[in-house]
Amino acid sequence: MTSQVSSPAEQAEPAEQPGGVVPPAAERDPSLLAPRLDPAEGSGAKEVRKLERVIIRFAGDSGDGMQLTGDRFTSETASFGNDLSTLPNFPAEIRAPAGTLPGVSSFQLHFADHDILTPGDAPDVLVAMNPAALKANIADVPRGAEIIVNTDEFTKRPMAKVGYATSPLEDGSLDAYRVHPVPLTTLTIEALKDFGLSRKEAERSKNMFALGLLSWMYHRPTQNTESFLRKKFAKKPEIAEANVTAFRAGWNFGETTEDFAVSYEVAPASAAFPMGTYRNISGNLALSYGLIAAARQADLPLYLGSYPITPASDILHELSKHKNFGVRTFQAEDEIAGIGAALGAAFGGALAVTTTSGPGVALKSETIGLAVSLELPLLIVDIQRGGPSTGLPTKTEQADLLQAMYGRNGEAPVPVVAPRTAADCFDAAVDAARIALTYRTPVFLLSDGYLANGSEPWRVPEVHELPDLRVQFATGPNHELADGTEVFWPYKRDPETLARPWAVPGTPGLEHRIGGIEKQDGTGNISYDPANHEFMVRTRQAKIDGIAVPDLDVDDPHGAKTLVLGWGSTYGPITAAVRRLRTEGVPIAQAHLRHLNPFPKNLGEVLKRYDKVIVPEMNLGQLATLLRAKYLVDAHSYNQVNGMPFKAEQLATALKEAIND
Amino acid sequence: MTEALKLVPKAEAKQSMKDFKSDQEVRWCPGCGDYAILAAVQGFMPELGLAKENIVFVSGIGCSSRFPYYMNTYGMHSIHGRAPAIATGLATSRQDLSVWVVTGDGDALSIGGNHLIHALRRNVNLKILLFNNRIYGLTKGQYSPTSEVGKITKSTPMGSLDAPFNPVSLAIGAEASFVARTVDSDRKHLTDVLRQAAEHPGTALVEIYQNCNIFNDGAFEALKDKEQAQEAVIRLEHGHPIRFGTDNTKGVIRDRATGDLRVVEVTPENEADILVHDAHTASPTTAFALSRLADPDTLHHTPIGVFRSTERPVYDTLMADQLETAVEQKGKGDLAALLGGNDTWTVVG
Repeated sequence: MTSQVSSPAEQAEPAEQPGGVVPPAAERDPSLLAPRLDPAEGSGAKEVRKLERVIIRFAGDSGDGMQLTGDRFTSETASFGNDLSTLPNFPAEIRAPAGTLPGVSSFQLHFADHDILTPGDAPDVLVAMNPAALKANIADVPRGAEIIVNTDEFTKRPMAKVGYATSPLEDGSLDAYRVHPVPLTTLTIEALKDFGLSRKEAERSKNMFALGLLSWMYHRPTQNTESFLRKKFAKKPEIAEANVTAFRAGWNFGETTEDFAVSYEVAPASAAFPMGTYRNISGNLALSYGLIAAARQADLPLYLGSYPITPASDILHELSKHKNFGVRTFQAEDEIAGIGAALGAAFGGALAVTTTSGPGVALKSETIGLAVSLELPLLIVDIQRGGPSTGLPTKTEQADLLQAMYGRNGEAPVPVVAPRTAADCFDAAVDAARIALTYRTPVFLLSDGYLANGSEPWRVPEVHELPDLRVQFATGPNHELADGTEVFWPYKRDPETLARPWAVPGTPGLEHRIGGIEKQDGTGNISYDPANHEFMVRTRQAKIDGIAVPDLDVDDPHGAKTLVLGWGSTYGPITAAVRRLRTEGVPIAQAHLRHLNPFPKNLGEVLKRYDKVIVPEMNLGQLATLLRAKYLVDAHSYNQVNGMPFKAEQLATALKEAIND
Repeated sequence: MTEALKLVPKAEAKQSMKDFKSDQEVRWCPGCGDYAILAAVQGFMPELGLAKENIVFVSGIGCSSRFPYYMNTYGMHSIHGRAPAIATGLATSRQDLSVWVVTGDGDALSIGGNHLIHALRRNVNLKILLFNNRIYGLTKGQYSPTSEVGKITKSTPMGSLDAPFNPVSLAIGAEASFVARTVDSDRKHLTDVLRQAAEHPGTALVEIYQNCNIFNDGAFEALKDKEQAQEAVIRLEHGHPIRFGTDNTKGVIRDRATGDLRVVEVTPENEADILVHDAHTASPTTAFALSRLADPDTLHHTPIGVFRSTERPVYDTLMADQLETAVEQKGKGDLAALLGGNDTWTVVG
């Protein structure tokens, strides 16, 4: 009947109504109830169907501009007010050989009239710009889905390059799908014939033609895309106009051609969102803003020392744009110098940050140890990617947790904070800064490639809602010697937080020396005394163990016997899977950790409340290992390390199996 | 006061050497050259007249890197090789500080070589004191990147195979704007070089030949022994002909055929051709050629003094200027406007 509902369970239960009586998905999906018109019988006015949600995947060659196309569609969708979630997926090579499978770049977008959690498991619509894009993506596309193909590319050589002996457009292999063959290249060149562009130049706008077509299909607002194109190509106005023309031509093509008989409406998701002002935001952008906001709330200058690395570089790029906020960005000669400079700035009284990914963390480890010893505030942002070694630079993974926890010599505890969604990267960054500043410690912020590049709507916070992060630098002596002399002791701690004073250079009378050699408690002088070392090791640990973190919330409306516990970016897929289970009447409790070190105080008690604890992770069980070690619970791992986020359906099945096991 | 120090607050009262001595017991081996350098630095600091709370010494790892503990200023004893990186973060975020790096031949040229060359090319406002004793002291006597070829040490019982670095050549090659060499035992010369380094805007690299009397004793004897030194040491002074040797009988001239420098006996015929030292010239060519005069084995014809002292834009100043320009162009950052961005929509209850 329709291809638009390929996995109905996710939308079946809005988050706000846990446990409510929910009709089966089919009864609630208006697209399934809509009158079915045969376009041939229509009077010329095209049919419009209402949908609750759609998943679109744009796929093409790395040079086809699929990420830009996806970004624009996302932007249109965000400004329309749908809830949305995106999954860009691109190769590590800047330009792999054209037309090959490794060169395929794609962008998946899930948008809906209600609250959604993931970029979706399987596309309802695949836009394939060439045979490689079709071949690389077809396995993910469920039967009955729509496929828009650029027929111009389905010629002998491009097909042979990816091993199509016969054309899939003609040999019947796509019979189970609703294929729209569109000569995108020809149509684009035709639309631009008056621009005097070379064939090659004109061809480049074919992604905008496709965007125009999809924008028509889904009633997207177009104004912003047109102004975006004019701004992007401000220096080449004729290229700007060519792109706008191709974009409009794509729209008009949808409107006029008979092949596209139906267009779809997905209403704004107003009910899914609390009141407020919203924007679309990616994880790396939210994280950058969180850092700027934290510095402003702490009334400290922000200093980033960084070395470019995928997928973290966007944060360096973003922060370097905001020098008018007093933000200093330093692109160092290597990862070690990046964190070194940040630590130097921290000594000088800045809110200091270094951004990297797993391989960079490995290089920074010694300096992180020094920061532990110096007890200075420092944020280490790790945008995790597939490992080990260079691994999968553009793919996601959660396999740096144990590296963040333990990847240093000696006993060197570091707090670990992990955002759960792209938008949550803002709050997580502010929270990580709070911990660093309050406890004078390096803090790990563990995001990942999925959160970094994915985007979703974000309720823009009011500045007055942000926490006050101001700190008090040391200004004078803090200790009286036996003879009554007033002195400054750099390692005399706050009895509450165990934080040491932050005495920045330039403060008269507080001149002191700190270093990586063990220090005497209080004075901070070099000390090799065995009892003092034991005391210092235990005190540094106690300081981290005592960090105030909120208790873990558990969502358990039905008194389930099984708990699913996640951390970081698996929040979306786990929550979507939990909704599916509950819709099917399978009770399951869910909790999600933001603080991995220290754990929330109630975590042990929560774990013991359940007969079974399942821990899905995009690694081989790192959180489960920590839980088993600390709480002696039989935590069951469910793991995936394929560089992609979990799919909700697959996770739901796995959870069900684990429950019934 | 020069450009380099104009943003650093001045001391309110007159200072003495004692103001710069910390309460920590100095723990280098008796007879170590580091004592002389420490005394020279502590003795010279009051001359600068800077508020001592605005002076920071940052070091890496090695014998010399214990230095900050003995200075009654702010200080950080960091990790092996990383002092220039850490100091760069401090200096670029705090223009009101006078930041000094203390390092050794292993720390600066081996494990930390990358940070050293990049600090030099950026011209960050750092004064780098490189104590070169041509040996690893703290790990008890392995050869270093400045040890002569064939050096017999614990790790090279049959002699080392590595060709050494010449730190002055390396620094000039890395675009350093100020490069000098001095000797631990020559307090007057050392102090004079430190003064010029302190006043230099940008990165100043000072190589200090320092005797390790435990693992490499006498490494610089050729330059210290009164008789030998006459023939071995070439004292560079800006604006003066480069002459040395007993009764100044030797000099440095440029070979017309190759353009290279060489040492000659001064005669009435060639006297007018003796090279006049110009430390301020923009081209590094002659400074580099001077740095190549010394024989790495015998140390004969070792120039000391300021090889190069040229002005070029200072990284921290440029960084601060960009921040100011950004405010001029875009106005002071408005957090609410930033978070809101351009494409928002409103959900009403």
